[in-house]
Amino acid sequence: MAGNNPNSKPMNLTLKVWRQKNFQSAGKMETYQVKDISPEMSFLEMMDVLNEDLLRQGIDPVAFDHDCREGICGMCSLYINGRAHGPERGTTTCQLHMRKFSDGDTITIEPWRAGPFPVLKDLCVDRSAMDRIQQAGGYISVNTGGVPDANEIPIPKAIADKAFDAATCIQCGACVAACKNGSAMLFVSAKVSQLALLPQGKVERKTRVENMVAQMDKEGFGACTNIGSCAAECPVGISLENIAMLNREYINASFTSENV
Amino acid sequence: MSWFSKTFSSSIGRKLLVAVTGLFLCSFLVVHLVGNLQLFKDDGGASFNIYSHFMATNPLIRTMEIVLLLGFLFHIYEALVLTRRNKSVRPVQYAYNRPQDNSNWSSRNMGLLGTVILVFLIIHLYNFFWRARFGEPNMIPIEGTEYDDLYSVVVQSFHLWWYVLIYVLGQIALGYHLYHGFSSAFHTLGLNHKKYTPGIQKFGAFFSIVVPAGFASMPLYFFIKDVVLS
Repeated sequence: MAGNNPNSKPMNLTLKVWRQKNFQSAGKMETYQVKDISPEMSFLEMMDVLNEDLLRQGIDPVAFDHDCREGICGMCSLYINGRAHGPERGTTTCQLHMRKFSDGDTITIEPWRAGPFPVLKDLCVDRSAMDRIQQAGGYISVNTGGVPDANEIPIPKAIADKAFDAATCIQCGACVAACKNGSAMLFVSAKVSQLALLPQGKVERKTRVENMVAQMDKEGFGACTNIGSCAAECPVGISLENIAMLNREYINASFTSENV
Repeated sequence: MSWFSKTFSSSIGRKLLVAVTGLFLCSFLVVHLVGNLQLFKDDGGASFNIYSHFMATNPLIRTMEIVLLLGFLFHIYEALVLTRRNKSVRPVQYAYNRPQDNSNWSSRNMGLLGTVILVFLIIHLYNFFWRARFGEPNMIPIEGTEYDDLYSVVVQSFHLWWYVLIYVLGQIALGYHLYHGFSSAFHTLGLNHKKYTPGIQKFGAFFSIVVPAGFASMPLYFFIKDVVLS
C-alpha cells in the first residue's frame, strides 16, 4: 500500500526513555535513536526494535511489561508523550500503532507514576497493590454442589450489560497513572459495581465495598476529585458512573452494614 | 476505631464531607445574592440598610452564621487533608505530562481556585462584615428609625477601581470552582443516573455563571454608574 498513505514510509524517531536499574536505585531519562520503524508496527514492536539495537551495542535492553499484545490481558502499560497508553483513546499500548506518530518525532516514555506502583526496573512497575484490593473483597463466595439451572436467577438485560461493562476492566492501572491524585477509584468502582449489580454478588456487597475501600486507602492511593482523566484514558472505556456507584455503595454500607 | 470515625476518615468519607458542605455553601450563595439585590433598589440605600440591620440582629440568622462558619471550616479542612494526601501519592512526577488532553482545567485546579476564593473572602469580610459588626456605626434615620449606613460603605468601596477588580477576579474564581464543584458534589454523593445527571450538569453550568455574574454585577454597576459615566 506504499505511496497512498503519507505515513507508510519508515520513520526515524528519537526516544526519551526512563531507565532505572532496580527498585532501590535512582533513575533518569536516556535518549535513544531508532531507525526504519514501519508505521504498521505496534508500539511494543517498536520497543522490540529498540531493544535489539541496544543488545547489539552491548547495552542492557529496556524492561517493559507485556503479555498478550492484543489488548485484553492488562499487562502492558507505558506513559507515552504525557498520556497513559499513548495519545490514542480507548487502546492499550500494545494496540497503539506507529502510524499515530510521524517521522522525526521525539517520544517520551515513562513508567506509571504512583507511590503504590513502585518501579521495579525501567518501565516495569509493581501493580500488586491492585491484586491486594481484589483479594480484600473482589469475589463472590460460592458453595460447591449441583449445577444450578441456567435460568434460575433472572437478570434484566440492562443490568447484565452494566455489570458486563464494569467487568471489562483489565486492571492495567492506567486510571491511577492518569489521575492527578493517583486515585484507584475507577478500578475499585468497576469491581464493586460489577459484583453489586448481580444477584450472586449482592450477598457480600456491604462487606465487600467496606473492605476494598479500606484496602485501597491502606495501599496509599489518592482520593477521587471527579476530574475524569481516568475514564478518558481507560483502554476499555470504564465509565465514571461506576465511581458514583462506588460512593453510593460505600455510604450505604457504612451506615447500614453489621460491621461496627 | 469506631465505624463512624472510620467512615469519615476514609477517602470516600472525606469526599462526602467536602461535597455536603460544598452544597450547603451553594445554598448560602443563593441567599446572599438574593438579599444583596437590595443594593439595586433606587431608594438611597434604605432597603439595603434595613436588610443588613435584619441580618445583623435576627437570632435565627445569627445562629446560621455559626453553622455557615462551620461549613466553611469543614469544607476547607477536609479539602486540605485530601489535597495533601493526594499530592503525596506521586512522589516522582512525570517528566512529560498532558492532562489537558483528558480533563478540563477547573476540575484539576479546585485547590488553587478555592485559595483565590478564600483570599477574596478574607478581604470581603474585613471590609464589610467586620465594619458592620465591630466598626464605628454611622447612624442615619430611615422612616423614623436610626440605622447604620452600610449602603454608603458598600457604594464608596465600589468606586475604587482596584477594589472592583478584586471582586470581579474573586467571582471568576468562584465561577470556575462551581463549574466543577456543583455537579461533582452530586457525583460524590453517589447521585448519578441517566435520568437526572444531565439535568444536574446543565443546572451546575447555569449556576456557575449566574451566581458569580450576579455578585460581580454589584461592584460593576456602582463603578460604571458613578465613576465611568459621571
